[in-house]
Formats: sequence, C-alpha cells, structure tokens
Amino acid sequence: MPAYLAGRILSLLLSLVAASIVIFLVLEVVPGDAARFMLGLNADPASVAALRAQMGLDQPVLVRYFAWIIGMLHGDFGISYTYRVPVAELISARLVVSLPLAIYALLLTLVIAFPAGIFAASRRNSKGDLAVMGATQLGVAVPNFWFAMLLVLVFAVSLHWFSAGGFPGWQNPWLALRALTLPAIALALPQASILARVMRSALLDTLGEDYIRSARAKGLTRNEALWRHALRNALIPVLTIVGLQFSFLLAGGIIIENVFFLPGLGRLVFQGITQRDLIVVKSVVMLLVFAVILVNFLVDLSYALVDPRLRHR
Amino acid sequence: MSVEFTTPVSSEKADSYVRAALRSPSFMVGATITAIVVLMALVSLVWTPYSYAAQDIPNRLKGISAAHWFGTDHFGRDIFSMIMVGARTSIAVALVAVGVGVVAGVPLGLWAAAKRGSLLDEIIMRANDLVFAFPALLIAVLITAIFGPGAVNAIIAIGIFNIPVFARLSRGAALSLWQREFILAARVAGKGAVRISFEHILPNILNTLVVQVTIQFALGILADAGLAYVGLGAQPPTPTWGKMLADAQTLVALAPHVAIIPGLAIVLTVLGLNLMGDGLRDIFDPRLRRGRR
Repeated sequence: MPAYLAGRILSLLLSLVAASIVIFLVLEVVPGDAARFMLGLNADPASVAALRAQMGLDQPVLVRYFAWIIGMLHGDFGISYTYRVPVAELISARLVVSLPLAIYALLLTLVIAFPAGIFAASRRNSKGDLAVMGATQLGVAVPNFWFAMLLVLVFAVSLHWFSAGGFPGWQNPWLALRALTLPAIALALPQASILARVMRSALLDTLGEDYIRSARAKGLTRNEALWRHALRNALIPVLTIVGLQFSFLLAGGIIIENVFFLPGLGRLVFQGITQRDLIVVKSVVMLLVFAVILVNFLVDLSYALVDPRLRHR
Repeated sequence: MSVEFTTPVSSEKADSYVRAALRSPSFMVGATITAIVVLMALVSLVWTPYSYAAQDIPNRLKGISAAHWFGTDHFGRDIFSMIMVGARTSIAVALVAVGVGVVAGVPLGLWAAAKRGSLLDEIIMRANDLVFAFPALLIAVLITAIFGPGAVNAIIAIGIFNIPVFARLSRGAALSLWQREFILAARVAGKGAVRISFEHILPNILNTLVVQVTIQFALGILADAGLAYVGLGAQPPTPTWGKMLADAQTLVALAPHVAIIPGLAIVLTVLGLNLMGDGLRDIFDPRLRRGRR
C-alpha cells in the first residue's frame, strides 16, 4: 500500500506540473504578446507597455512560469486587469458559491442515483426497473440549463418557493442553501440519471459473473448475492463516473451560474473570457484543474480500497 | 465454467442481429426518432419551409399555425426551419467529437491495460488524467479565450474531452478481463498482447463501450447545446438549438413555445440516441441474450 500511495502522490504532482505548463503555454505563449491580445489591436502603446510591465512579459518565459507558480503557492494569483483587485480575492469570494454548489449537486446526485440504480438492478425487467430506466432515460436527455429555465418558471415565477436567481451570501446559511437549491437540482438531475444507469449496468454485469453463480449455488438469494458480492465489484466503473461527474459539476457551473446569475467561479471565468482578462482566466482554470486532479487522485485511492488486488500490483 | 471465444461476425450472425433489432422496441423507437432527426438535418441542406435567416418582424413570436408549424421567434423567423438547420449543426458536432474520443481513446486504454503496471501504462494514464483534468467546458474556455468561439472549436473541445473518457473506461474494463481464465488460455496458446486485446478483450468490453458511446453522444449534443447557449459554439446567423434557448430565456413567460420547442428538440434527439444505444446493447451482448432465453 505505501508504494501504491507514493506512486499516486508522485503522479498527482506530475499531473499538476503538466497541467500548469499546458495552461501557461495556451494563455501566455500562444497569443504571442498577451498584453496586446488583452487590450485589442487599437490600444495605445503606453497602456500596452504598462500592462506588459505589470504582467512581467519582458522577462524570459521560464522566469515568468516560475514566478506564476511560486506566486500561486504563496496565495498570490496576480492582479485582475479588469477588476483591478488581487485575483485571489476574486477567487475566494466566488469559491464560497461554486464549491458548495458542486458539493450540494454531487450529494443530490449520489442520494438519487445509488438507490435508483440498485433498485433497478435488483428488480431487473420488473415494472419498477422499467419506471426507473424510463425516468433516467428522460433525465439523461434533458439539457441542464433548459431544465433550470423550467425550474425557474415553475418554482420561482409561478409558485414563488425559491428566488429566480442571485445569491444572498452565507450570513444566513438557510437563505444561501435555498438560493443554491434550484441550481443544484438542475445540475444534479442529469448526472444522477447517468450514474443510476451506470450503477445498474455495472451491477447487472457483475451479477452475470461465475462467482455470483457460486454464491447463488451456496444458497444466497439474488438480492443477498447483490448486496454481499456484486455491489462492491460493481463500484469501480461507478467510481470512475463519479470522479468524472464531480469535475463536470465544478466546471458545469459556468452554464448554470449564468441561468441563475450566481456570482461563482464559472461566471468569473466566463466574464474573464469576454473581457480578455487572461490573468483571471489563467488562475481560475488552474484552480478548477487542480480540484479535478485532486478528485481523480482520491478516486484512484478509493479503487485500492474497493479492490484489494490493486494494492499489491 | 463458460469459456468465451469470439468469432468474427458471420453473415448468419449479422442476420440474427437484424432479427434481434426488429424485435427490440427500444431500438426501433430510438432508431426511428434518430432517423427522423437525421432526415430533417439532411433535408435542411436542400430545403426548409422558409429561409432560416428570413426575418418577418410584424409576425414575431407567433404561435403554432399552419403557416409556421413551430411558430416564429422574436425576429419573426420560422422556428421549424431553424430547428431543421440546428439539427445539422448538433449532429455534426457530436458525431465528430465522439469519433475522436473512440478512435483515440479505446486503443490507448487497451494498450495501457495490456501493459498494466508498466511505465507505458503510467504515461498513458497520466497523460489521460491531464486531459481529463480539463472538463470539456474548460477546454472550450481555453480555446475560445485565444481563438474565439465557433463550431470547430466546440468539436475540438468536446472531442478532446472524450479521449480520456474512453481510454479510462476501456482500461478499467480490460484490467478485470486480463485476470480471467479465458485470457490466460489465449496467452498459453501463444497470442500476443495486441491480438488478445483486439480478439478477446475488445469484444468483451463492447457492451460497456456501446453504453458509453450513447452517453457521450448524448453528452456531445448536450455539451454543444450548452456551449452554444453561453455563446461559445457555432456563431450567428447559423441557428443552433442552444442559441435559440439563450434568446428565448427572457421571452419564456411571453411566448413559451420559443423556449420549449428547441429544448424538446434536444431532449428528443438525445432520447432517440440513448434508446437506440440501449437496444444495440441488448442486441450485441451475448450474455444478455443468453440470459433472456
């Protein structure tokens, strides 16, 4: 196990370095003169020179890269060009919206998907299975932003149960959670549908294995075999998808945050794009990528918990 | 103990697939819906009821009628014509993006599984993790930040994201198969890793792959709609279902059909593809068919 862990940690670090190089190359080297790119072709030379100095563009690429990395390690993400404030401040203000939203949506996803998938697999081809599969079939097909529009129409505009958008801050956690509920549902429903289908399909795959037949021959009922043997073995594909989904939920916020006017990271990066504020885009993308890599690392570790054979490779 | 040796598809087997397809309700319903959408997209190349760009301001936001089957939008454009042309964009983007994912991802995953635990496996999977760490939307954001929005950039973004999805899935599924007796038998028989991967592993993970292709195709249509919705997809005047929804957002209380119809078009298309994929899964998977008998 220590060797497995050490290997994962090493690859975690390598992935972070590689990701930072990709982001740096795309946003600082590909555009050529990033300062001119950000200000547009008609900018006056003095502003371009000022921005170039602020971004340290007159220094060699390697120096700039390391300055960026060392700065981030110290919590210094640079100064936003459009907002004129430290990017770290912008990010921490937006993170308290985006991270809870992603976690809220992930929890909803798991709470819906696991029981639904297990129920459908344990009653394969029954009416209950057909109903769950029909519902998830529809859930997978609905675009989350369209679903969000319909939720707003029904629960905000018509019923007034929730606000149609905006975020009141965490001073009152109840109001904050309420503001995040419709966005979380809109994000979670399609993901839960996908996960329930993967769960059912993985369970049915393992239920067809020889060791399940042996367990049944020993006298276990189909459901006992499912709970004792099949579930654990079905978890690897399920965990893979859960890892994927968390990154989708984090980044997928871009769209849902737009529907609900939530001041999150997604909206920040999207505004950064339209305003060509590469300093903001670079740091936010790096932060989101960092989160995704960390989640994948944790998923890798959980494989070893689920399947002990992997620890001894 | 069952020993599965896969044989190449014979004409007899192909016949049995066709018979199974005709008996599968979900395949037939899904294939019909998909065929209608594809047909609409193809017909739009030569004919639409109105020009999708023709504005008719006096007749704006009109409901469903004989003249305009799906009504008109806020510029008085014919929504049915826009839906037809939008189908073309959505299908093209999603199809190419899934193709990129399968063609690059599956061989990479199989290769990594065949060389499991080696440096090569580590390099392939870490490279995948790296791409994987950039969700399609973030790739789109990076590409758009530098090159501006467009349909091709949407394809690249969704396609790149699909590669590690298929690589990881193939590797994960292949890994458990490499422990099985029938693979051991093939190795004892002197078959190499590449031959085993394609003759024995691939046919046995097709089930999982087919399910994933349908999921990724559905996600491709949805991702394309999402990118178009936030303005990162195909640009006006090309109509896209996502952009139509973005335009409709403020009009939803005034003229609900403007928001509902493009959404339904997306839902139906994705539903059709998924039903077809489910049907295909039943048809192709020998274990499921054996279980049914």
